[in-house]
Amino acid sequence: MTNSEKKQLQITACKVRMGIIESTYGAKAGHPGGSLSATEMFTYLYFKEMNIDPKNPKWEDRDRFVLSKGHTTPGLYSTLANRGFFPVEDLPTFRHIDSYLQGHPNMNTVPGVDMSTGSLGQGVSVAVGMAKGAKYTGKANRVYTLLGDGEIQEGQVWEACMAAAHYNLDNLCVIVDNNGLQIDGNIADVMSPYPIVDKLAAFGFHVIAIDGHDFAQIEAALNEAKSVKGKPSAIVMKTVKGKDVSFMENNAGWHGKAPNDAEYAQAMSELKAQLAELEG
Amino acid sequence: MADIKKIATRDSYGKALAELGAEFDNLVVLDADLAGATKTATFQKAFPDRHFDCGIAEANMVCMAAGLSTTGLVPFASTFAMFAAGRAFEQIRNSIGYPHLNVKIGATHGGISVGEDGASHQCCEDFGLMRTVPGMVVMSPADDVEARAMVRAAYLYNGPVYIRFGRAAVPVIHEEGMQFEIGKGETLKDGKDVAIIANGLMVNEALIAAEELKEAGIDAMVINMATIKPLDEELVLAAAKKCGKIITCEEHSVIGGLGEAVCACLAEKCPTVVRRIGVNDEFGHSGPAAALLKQFGLSAEHIVEVAQDLCK
Repeated sequence: MTNSEKKQLQITACKVRMGIIESTYGAKAGHPGGSLSATEMFTYLYFKEMNIDPKNPKWEDRDRFVLSKGHTTPGLYSTLANRGFFPVEDLPTFRHIDSYLQGHPNMNTVPGVDMSTGSLGQGVSVAVGMAKGAKYTGKANRVYTLLGDGEIQEGQVWEACMAAAHYNLDNLCVIVDNNGLQIDGNIADVMSPYPIVDKLAAFGFHVIAIDGHDFAQIEAALNEAKSVKGKPSAIVMKTVKGKDVSFMENNAGWHGKAPNDAEYAQAMSELKAQLAELEG
Repeated sequence: MADIKKIATRDSYGKALAELGAEFDNLVVLDADLAGATKTATFQKAFPDRHFDCGIAEANMVCMAAGLSTTGLVPFASTFAMFAAGRAFEQIRNSIGYPHLNVKIGATHGGISVGEDGASHQCCEDFGLMRTVPGMVVMSPADDVEARAMVRAAYLYNGPVYIRFGRAAVPVIHEEGMQFEIGKGETLKDGKDVAIIANGLMVNEALIAAEELKEAGIDAMVINMATIKPLDEELVLAAAKKCGKIITCEEHSVIGGLGEAVCACLAEKCPTVVRRIGVNDEFGHSGPAAALLKQFGLSAEHIVEVAQDLCK
């Protein structure tokens, strides 16, 4: 990855973060913390990695993305809007009555959303079905799914991981956002899912551990995942919940809370300064 | 009565899947380690590459079916009613119902006629659970012929469908080649004194009861209401207007199933006296299917008693 490519991705990520703040502020609700931690991954997937067409969101040969941690809708919606699936100006209508931007991803109302999610633990199973279906129908597309690290406390995740390896789904990539926090606190204190890498490996995955805010590492990991044959891949990315909004970083309280007027102003001012520096 | 052919509708399910599989190559089947019991093994034998055994993991199976359906395939996800409608309820609700995906759930071993396995496996709540999911079609066939026609109709219908099949062999009452339409009830016998609205194995009991009632001077109408949702309200209302008395019969809890669906319709549109025959608010227990059905009042004999009481 060249420096200019990296800078361009960082600029996009910063705009995605602004959309996350705009939508949660507009909604007076929503989940900024886990959206901000996964922003680099959302950005890289939709702007570089995935074979998609914003003009034809239902294109049948497209790569698929299942947001298993469905509450981080602001991250997905902001990414899709910035990618051209729908107007960025619509983001503040997030969660409003009669808005198509439902509180959790809705595949029937939001262009670019491949699966309706929100109830944790079901996304890997759906992605396994999509990957198995792609293989059966002879399609070359890949399937990605993003999970929270607290989410993997759900037993169904492991049923699905067992199936992914059993069916040798090398067109599937499971990504775990290891920001370390869930609603009730530190994941290690609430109900430790660690060691995550070892568990996934034991379930038959090729596992790659990375820094989830480093685009070069994200690119290398996704390329490595594509090169692995005969088994599914998993990327466990260490991240910071609330990344790049100073008062939200590493604070479980920002899992599912909207910024008030002053917090909104501060968050946007921090992100605007970051954007100016990147563009400067 | 030795000449009456008896077939379990789970056998019909397996047979129908294999027939449809030969016709449509986008039909795939999922099972959860029960292929021999749900009879999807019949399909598996014919199309091993299109039968996905998901192991004992129903939640995963149901959501996998959701994912498969987004790739243009038509999945039939199969397990016992208890573990489909029961265990995987929330997965069906959120990953199939809410996105309104084209997934068919073939649930076998519904009701107490599961028999010896006892209460843990006797699902008498599935109609109720599935009826509450917006957009879900809920059906239960009366016999082999209807079951096969229903599976075909479900394949051709675009949207989520739940079908309950039975474990026990039941008399075949339909002629081969019957036309089945989702959402349409079937008047098997006309009558004017009381209308018996039944589904599943209770349809045959209702027909036997109607014969006995005739001898007692009661002219009973018998309706096979194979689709519980969407309910054929037109037929229910016509029966209520003509007979003035309704008896519902189902191998399901009296809470949440056909009986309540009929009551809700009548309470709002044509208040009518209704008696619900079904499993009362209690669990089943182990025993031979026939003995259990008799013990729980799921019999022609009990229908006759209730009808006579209602018509006196």
